[in-house]
Amino acid sequence: MLILECPYCGVMADETDLHGGGEAHLKRFGPGSSDDDFETYLFHRKNPKGVHFERWRHVSGCGKWFHAARNTMTLEVYGTYPAQTYEPPKDLVAKIKKKHPEWGGYE
Amino acid sequence: MSNAVSALQGASFDGYCKVEEAGLTGMITLRGDLASDGVAKAVKAVTGAAMPGQGEVTEGAKGRVGWMSPDELLLIVDHADAAAIVEAATASLGDEHSLVVNVSDARAVYRVKGAACREVIAKLAPADTSVMQPGMLRRTRIAQIPAAFYLEDDETAVLVCFRSVAQYAFDLLKDAVEPGGEVF
Ligand SMILES: [Zn+2]
Repeated sequence: MLILECPYCGVMADETDLHGGGEAHLKRFGPGSSDDDFETYLFHRKNPKGVHFERWRHVSGCGKWFHAARNTMTLEVYGTYPAQTYEPPKDLVAKIKKKHPEWGGYE
Repeated sequence: MSNAVSALQGASFDGYCKVEEAGLTGMITLRGDLASDGVAKAVKAVTGAAMPGQGEVTEGAKGRVGWMSPDELLLIVDHADAAAIVEAATASLGDEHSLVVNVSDARAVYRVKGAACREVIAKLAPADTSVMQPGMLRRTRIAQIPAAFYLEDDETAVLVCFRSVAQYAFDLLKDAVEPGGEVF
């Protein structure tokens, strides 16, 4: 069972208290963008085996969206952070990098 | 004026804890910047309670105030006073970006009384109820519906849910306190 700390409530919420929102930090390509960019935005996901950044919503708690960094293979959770950001916090990325030197990084 | 009645009109069930519907309860949603002085002042003025911190519920002479999210409070007051409190809070907030709504009749409230009240909630919610103390509030779910709960004292848990699922919540709680179902 996946357990994430809601960065707003400070409570450990298991995944039945949460709602998954898919890959985090997508760059939106809207009206006026090329077909290729729009297709990538809509359909192409990293879907990595290993370190992954996702959006989650504390649906039966505060109702807020937040971010989580976790490992899709081991289910290890590296950390959670608020939604008001375009990229993961640097210290979190550094922490993951230290643990998995072979990891290619967030980009 | 219509005759206000609570969802299950005080229905109760005696199991290894007692479950009772709390009857008419005033509930007000207040949204705004919880860090602002204006919100704290309004809350203090209408309930007498201090601003709750994250995951807390505070108590004043005229009601309780629960922390629901970083921008939302739940004011728990006398049902008959709710409308006047909404007016007073709105006036006190003035131009501050905020919202105060009387949601009393959109909610149902239950009390679970007994030494094992934490255990009863734990059967239904994915929350660690063992860490809950009076003064703390947790929003979570019970079975398939959202609910919030806090402890009035060590042996009284108060659970709030939507009125539309009042019967479902009561049936769940009734089932959870069934004699013979004790866990510890
Ligand atoms: Zn939350």
